[in-house]
Amino acid sequence: LAHGAGGKATRTLVEAVFLESFANPLLAPLGDGAVADGLAFTTDSFVVTPLFFPGGDIGDLAVNGTVNDLAMCGANPSYLSAAFILEEGFPMDDLRRITASMAAAARAAGVPIATGDTKVVQKGKADGCYITTAGVGTVDPSIQLRASAARPGDAVIVSGPIGEHGVTVMLARGELDIEAEVTSDTAPLAGLTACLLDACGPGAVRCLRDPTRGGVATVLNEIAGASETAVVLEEDAIPVRAAVRGACELLGIDPMYVACEGRMIAVVEPGAAPAALAALRAHPLGAGAAVIGRVAEDPPGLVLLRTGFGGTRIVDVLVGDPLPRIC
Amino acid sequence: VETGVVSGFIRAEVRVDGIVQGVGFRPFVHRVATRLGLRGVVGNDERGVVIEVEGASTAVAEFVETVRHRPPPLATVDRVTSRRIPVTGEHGFRIAPSTGTGHGRALISPDVATCDDCLRELFDPADRRYGYPFINCTACGPRFTIVRESPYDRATTTMASFAMCEACASEYHDPASRRFHAQPVCCAACGPRLRLLHAGHGVVGREPASVPAGDLPPSPLGDLPAPPPDDLPPPRPDDPPAPSADASAVSGPVEIPGDPVEQAARLLRRGAVLAVKGIGGYHLAVRADSEVAVTALRARKRREERPLAVMVPDLETARALCHLDAREERLLTDAGRPIVLLRRRTDGDSPEETGRRQDDGVHSFTGTRSSIGTRGDDGAARVAEGVAAGDRFLGVMLPYSPVHHLLLRRFPQPIVLTSGNASDEPIAYADATALERLGGIADAFLLHDRAIHIRADDSVVRVVRGRELPVRRSRGHVPRPARLTREARRPVLGCGAELKHTFCLAEGRHAFVSHHIGDLENYETLRSFTGGVRHFERLFGIRPELVAHDLHPEYLSTKYALEREDAEPVGVQHHHAHIASCLADNGVEGPVIGVAFDGLGYGLDGTLWGGEFLVADLTGFRRAGHLATVPMPGGATAIRQPWRMAAAYLAGTDAARGLAVRDRNADRWDAVVAMAAKGVNAPLTSSAGRLFDAVAALTTGRDTVTYEGQAAIELERVADRYEHRAYSCRILDGPDPPCAEGTATDTANAAKPAGHEMSGTTESPVTGPPHTATASRMGTFVVRGHDLVRAVLDDLSAGVEAPLVSARFHNGVARLIVEGCARVREHTGLSAVALSGGVFQNAHLVERTAARLEGRGFTVLTHTRVPPNDGGISLGQVAVAAARDR
Ligand SMILES: [Fe+3]
Ligand SMILES: [Mg+2]
Ligand SMILES: [Zn+2]
Ligand SMILES: [Zn+2]
Repeated sequence: LAHGAGGKATRTLVEAVFLESFANPLLAPLGDGAVADGLAFTTDSFVVTPLFFPGGDIGDLAVNGTVNDLAMCGANPSYLSAAFILEEGFPMDDLRRITASMAAAARAAGVPIATGDTKVVQKGKADGCYITTAGVGTVDPSIQLRASAARPGDAVIVSGPIGEHGVTVMLARGELDIEAEVTSDTAPLAGLTACLLDACGPGAVRCLRDPTRGGVATVLNEIAGASETAVVLEEDAIPVRAAVRGACELLGIDPMYVACEGRMIAVVEPGAAPAALAALRAHPLGAGAAVIGRVAEDPPGLVLLRTGFGGTRIVDVLVGDPLPRIC
Repeated sequence: VETGVVSGFIRAEVRVDGIVQGVGFRPFVHRVATRLGLRGVVGNDERGVVIEVEGASTAVAEFVETVRHRPPPLATVDRVTSRRIPVTGEHGFRIAPSTGTGHGRALISPDVATCDDCLRELFDPADRRYGYPFINCTACGPRFTIVRESPYDRATTTMASFAMCEACASEYHDPASRRFHAQPVCCAACGPRLRLLHAGHGVVGREPASVPAGDLPPSPLGDLPAPPPDDLPPPRPDDPPAPSADASAVSGPVEIPGDPVEQAARLLRRGAVLAVKGIGGYHLAVRADSEVAVTALRARKRREERPLAVMVPDLETARALCHLDAREERLLTDAGRPIVLLRRRTDGDSPEETGRRQDDGVHSFTGTRSSIGTRGDDGAARVAEGVAAGDRFLGVMLPYSPVHHLLLRRFPQPIVLTSGNASDEPIAYADATALERLGGIADAFLLHDRAIHIRADDSVVRVVRGRELPVRRSRGHVPRPARLTREARRPVLGCGAELKHTFCLAEGRHAFVSHHIGDLENYETLRSFTGGVRHFERLFGIRPELVAHDLHPEYLSTKYALEREDAEPVGVQHHHAHIASCLADNGVEGPVIGVAFDGLGYGLDGTLWGGEFLVADLTGFRRAGHLATVPMPGGATAIRQPWRMAAAYLAGTDAARGLAVRDRNADRWDAVVAMAAKGVNAPLTSSAGRLFDAVAALTTGRDTVTYEGQAAIELERVADRYEHRAYSCRILDGPDPPCAEGTATDTANAAKPAGHEMSGTTESPVTGPPHTATASRMGTFVVRGHDLVRAVLDDLSAGVEAPLVSARFHNGVARLIVEGCARVREHTGLSAVALSGGVFQNAHLVERTAARLEGRGFTVLTHTRVPPNDGGISLGQVAVAAARDR
């Protein structure tokens, strides 16, 4: 199961199995989607417990997730497909609720769900409902976003407070009697990325990533690794809502590793940072945007966090589930 | 009259291996040979010392005996071999220059405290080095910390940039001199220079502007509160200007005029925080008797609760503050000059009284009232309460560099001397870093221009059961090698654990355990680990072919090991490494019953272990028993918040109702109990450290900790040493299948410990028949730590005081260890027990456990060379990897 947590185990699985079997130049960069001939193409499966949580459900998550993967390629999303795997006996009302919210999300993102598929499996063979979405979009050939493009001096920007989706889902499982004012941040980001790319002009934005599984920490490690640079963060600059911080403290988890579904990380040229920040903040989904750090030359491949105490902590990729390291 | 070949004379070539360079070995050989009327030559090579001696066979024999058994005090002779060679008729006895070829197998000495001869000269107005802060000789001075590469020679040390004056050079070349080939030799005319700088935010290396006295810019650090008249003495007219609040006025470090030591002493007297460049890094110093000064230091360093160590001018002062037995006295004055944790005297306890009653028991942990002024009415040295609040122990050390001696001559009172860093960073040793990082902490810097090449924190040691128990092994010990029981077939690097990190590089029978690196999650610390490995590889000419590592996938040391492509990885389970380090420390191979009690380590089954009974030898182990697992609600957060462990132990019972610990944490208690019950971010652990945490939260009210082990340390501190009752707990046959080494990550032969040959040496304390098939039929037993928690609750609710509860709990843990060992002995016939893991830094527990074990006929192995905590892990990893590679 650690292989699905989004950390190094996931990466090892992907590299060992899929990359080897499917080897081709489009797949190799392991981005959120593939771009070729002015088209962006991506697919994603959604399994979440519970299916409904404050701020969203598996339906809008499935739409936004694929829209966002296209957006992170710099694409303008055109069409989506959706495939469902339902467990026998899954309540029809729940299914209607899910499809309604998918429709609403698709409308909000301006992307029609053009095709789909449904399979029903025996009771016990699935956990209620799984959804796989795929999407295509068009990309302006002048836009080339790659994790490997980050250069020393670049600004690292997050589009809003982090950790909200993951903490919401954890609390929504209802195992703990915790009241917290948190809702999922799930949202379609194509509009926001378009504003950002417009404001900065082509080339000034090096790379966009949505910190889903594994959170901000994992995405930044991918960027540092791919570009052979360091990412140096200022702990105090990272936006985390008080309710999320409190819940994370209680749960003993680090918001840096918690999934977001409506935030993005942007790495932009040093000179473009003010314009980028202004453009993001002008959009409702980027109101909480902040520069959280810089790309540096040294030490290549590492993400460092400068703490309030003046120390420099290593923000590493997790190999599996987080386990305490203190003896 | 020497006239060529003499009949009846023989000639022998004598090889000496060990720490024999930079310790005055060749002059010693010269003296011995000359006294015995021998002719010949002595020289260094890359392995050690080679001697040829010629003379009467009885004299040659006596010579070899002397070299072997009465070497100079700083030398460690590993091996002496001799063989007959043809006589040459040579005249006289020569000292040959170092050949210095090849890379160094020759061992490098640890740093050595200033010797008595040098001290005499330091304070002799007639001596040419009178008051010179860098005096040293072949018997003392910096070594490891100034060596850039091998062979150890002036040119390869940080002294290379100082050209010797004529007087120093002639001593250096004179075989009769104490300074013959003393690489750091120097004097005021040619050597490093001491300076005292106001703290500033400038760049070092720039020559500081010399500003006339009285016109000094203010220090940027003005937050030292104005001293109340009864705490600090009023300023004298000739004192350096007081630090003031204006930060903007200073652009760089500015030298304070006058004699640096004299002025530094005055600053100390006034309560200033002084950064002092020592042997292995920078210290922060304040006068120890001033509550105001100590509070200021703590506030600036953000070290709010951890006890601070003091340096005292002499043994007499140490005796005035603490009880000292002969062993502790020897450790304090040892050439390695560690910090020794000593039992403090309490009020009304005069140094002459050696009775152990006064400071014992219930009341002692309140400590002494903080004193006023420099000395009490009785003239005794005092230490402010804030130095080690509430602690029965005090970390004490004696001066070990000439700078310390000079400073404490001018300010002859205890000073706090703590590592120069901000909170969790490693100790600063480079001047530029120190000025930058400590600029916000210190008021002034007492520094010099002899570079420290590699940092080394102070070593820390305590005496338990009349024996040395290392807590941190660093300056004064590193890089003296530990000796493996057998030659390693291939060179090994042990990458250590994560906290209190050390690494260990081994070749042949030498295992070089590194200096204390610190907590790896810090980038600076990680760098000093990887850089340190490179340094050791060059220094000792060792290219590891095996790289041993912990099994914890998230340890940065594990990741480092797996990324090294030039060496074969060998995974060693954390607690096996603990036990192996204890075996290596004692020079044995097992098999033993290994009791590994610590905070936690990654287990073979992916859970977190830490209260383990192993049947182990160097090559493998089997998990014979362990503490019952409990969830850690919030993972690492449960380590920082011991109250969560109390909640976890009480989850599913109604025992928590009305408890103070629950009331104190009412807002989160239910959620944390639910996390424990439902396994939400609540990994299971069998850790003994977490059991201590739970009991500490209940007993002493320690809900959150600010440093590792704090809760357990405080629980030990309050334990009544005269209480002998012990809580009991059940030992059950576990449902778990026996867990032996041999998983995918760890490819050791699973059943290896059984029937393994013992380490065939007569010195082995391991007795009893090799355990056979019975061992593998034995199930894993589970010790119900919950019963102890329950007993603690029952006593507390019956109004029993914390000191008794703590003692009964400690005694209960000792008892369960003995019962667990008895079970293992029944099945295996083993009766030697190795105690390892951070929990065994606890003196009360070690004393009780060892006494009970010995009472039941067990032999007890404890640590005396490397710490039982994770600082010893790297040696254990090396011992295991080497033993498996046969
Ligand atoms: Fe440990
Ligand atoms: Mg995705
Ligand atoms: Zn000396
Ligand atoms: Zn000189």
